[in-house]
Amino acid sequence: MACIQVDNLTKHYGKLLAVDHISFKVEQGEFFGFLGPNGAGKTTTVRMLTGIIRADEGSASILGHKAGSLGAKQMSGVLPEMANAYADLSGWNNLMLVSQLYGVPAREARGRGEGLLQKLGLQPRKDDLVKGYSKGMKQRLILCMALLSDPQILFLDEPTSGLDVQSARLIKGLLQDLNAGGKTIFLTTHDMDEANQLCHRVAIINHGLIVDADAPEKIRLATGGVRSVEVSFDGEASTETLANLPGVNSVKKLGDKYRLYTADPGDLVASVVSFSDVHRLKIVSLNTLSPTLEDAFVALTDKESK
Amino acid sequence: MAFGATLLQQAWRCLIIARKDIRIYYSKGPVIVFGVLFPVFLFLSFTIGRHLEMDFMIPGLIGMVLFFTATAISPIVVPWETMQRTLERLMSCPVMIETIILGDILASFAFGLGISLVPIIIGLALGVTISSPLVLVAAIILAAFAFAALGNVFSIPPTNLPATVNMIASVVKFPVVFISGVFIPLDELPAWGRAISYVSPLTYFTDIARRCVEGQGYLPVAVDLLALLAFALLFLTIAVTLHRRTMPKRI
Repeated sequence: MACIQVDNLTKHYGKLLAVDHISFKVEQGEFFGFLGPNGAGKTTTVRMLTGIIRADEGSASILGHKAGSLGAKQMSGVLPEMANAYADLSGWNNLMLVSQLYGVPAREARGRGEGLLQKLGLQPRKDDLVKGYSKGMKQRLILCMALLSDPQILFLDEPTSGLDVQSARLIKGLLQDLNAGGKTIFLTTHDMDEANQLCHRVAIINHGLIVDADAPEKIRLATGGVRSVEVSFDGEASTETLANLPGVNSVKKLGDKYRLYTADPGDLVASVVSFSDVHRLKIVSLNTLSPTLEDAFVALTDKESK
Repeated sequence: MAFGATLLQQAWRCLIIARKDIRIYYSKGPVIVFGVLFPVFLFLSFTIGRHLEMDFMIPGLIGMVLFFTATAISPIVVPWETMQRTLERLMSCPVMIETIILGDILASFAFGLGISLVPIIIGLALGVTISSPLVLVAAIILAAFAFAALGNVFSIPPTNLPATVNMIASVVKFPVVFISGVFIPLDELPAWGRAISYVSPLTYFTDIARRCVEGQGYLPVAVDLLALLAFALLFLTIAVTLHRRTMPKRI
């Protein structure tokens, strides 16, 4: 049985077709990414799966329970986009409130709550009111709240959006551990690097339609795209001279680096090395770049938009 | 899960939501002080200088306090939670919309019950006697629930601005006080005034409170109690039915 089964799910907001008859499934233990530009229908889909809003057509099930039913909610941990904990309660009281709403026995809730706060670095501030927490702390607390019932499946809508590097890394590390421990994770994100690092499979949604669904590497390779060489010198180089190197299609200056687009990065590396010798420039860094998941995402969503 | 077990589980979670509301929205000094002082001053402003008997004043005061406190916070809880972005988190928990709404109403009900003790204690301290305390308790319970549910009905429009809801609530609440026999007893109202007063749940509570304190009411006790019960069920049904439609639109 699939962990999440979605068939022809559809949602209209007035005349706008926000989600257009989408179908997909997520297997148990899978780390599934749901990607798309702003307004593509990601959050609407998550809200239908977590029972916040009702679908106009189609169906979805979570571990055999109808999405939105009490049974499905009981098995799910949810971190909604832009959600807040209660600012006038302490972090600990927020956790205990959620544990009671999920019917977690008190002793189990206390033990699990302490463990989660410890893991996410909130233990020293657990008795402070949430109104005094930073954005990163609030987000970590909401993740603790989503995990307190030890759910089989986690729905995370932009969990690292707007967070500092440390908080984002802490959350990503925890998600990897949870997935390794068998939890199914449905992650909605804009962050292609995050999706590439974490997800076994991703689906890309645009204008309410799923335009591709596969492993990130397969999507990246299937889309093709432009390859490049990125080089940084210890001094200024002329962009025009670099553009005249054999095999270079175009050059872009990005901060202290030059990105040279080419069909053959191997030959171009040799040309760049001889260029540095001739112009007495020392190479600080040199990388060959193949199309990223982000390139694939842009190519797929652009194609759909056209 | 069996229907009975689900019902019990949801009833328990409803109490948890009510307790959360009381901690967050009601257990604040200014809310309690406002809850007591506002209706007391409003009442005094209409009674001072009219040389009214204490037996006449206290039932009206209990009615005013109960009505204003039970409808004070319940209209703004849902819009406030929408604005603070805590509602979506709550809705994703294994609770039904009905459970959330009933929890909000219960918190308001408990607040109304607690604060209604203040005018009762004032009355007793000033020598007022209550001839039928059990009837008064039953009336207070039914009225507090009806008023709390009415307060919740005000929050049905899917706005996230508590001020908008407060405005809607005020437009209804103030006229209700003037047509409910608080300042002028039902038997002194003209026939058309009495006809209008029957649409207000506060009328039936004030009438029964007068019977319990002054010893005479206009309507039979059973009619007052049944009317309060009917209003409580009506407002609860409206709140649950319409919130089920509008709550997903808030997110």
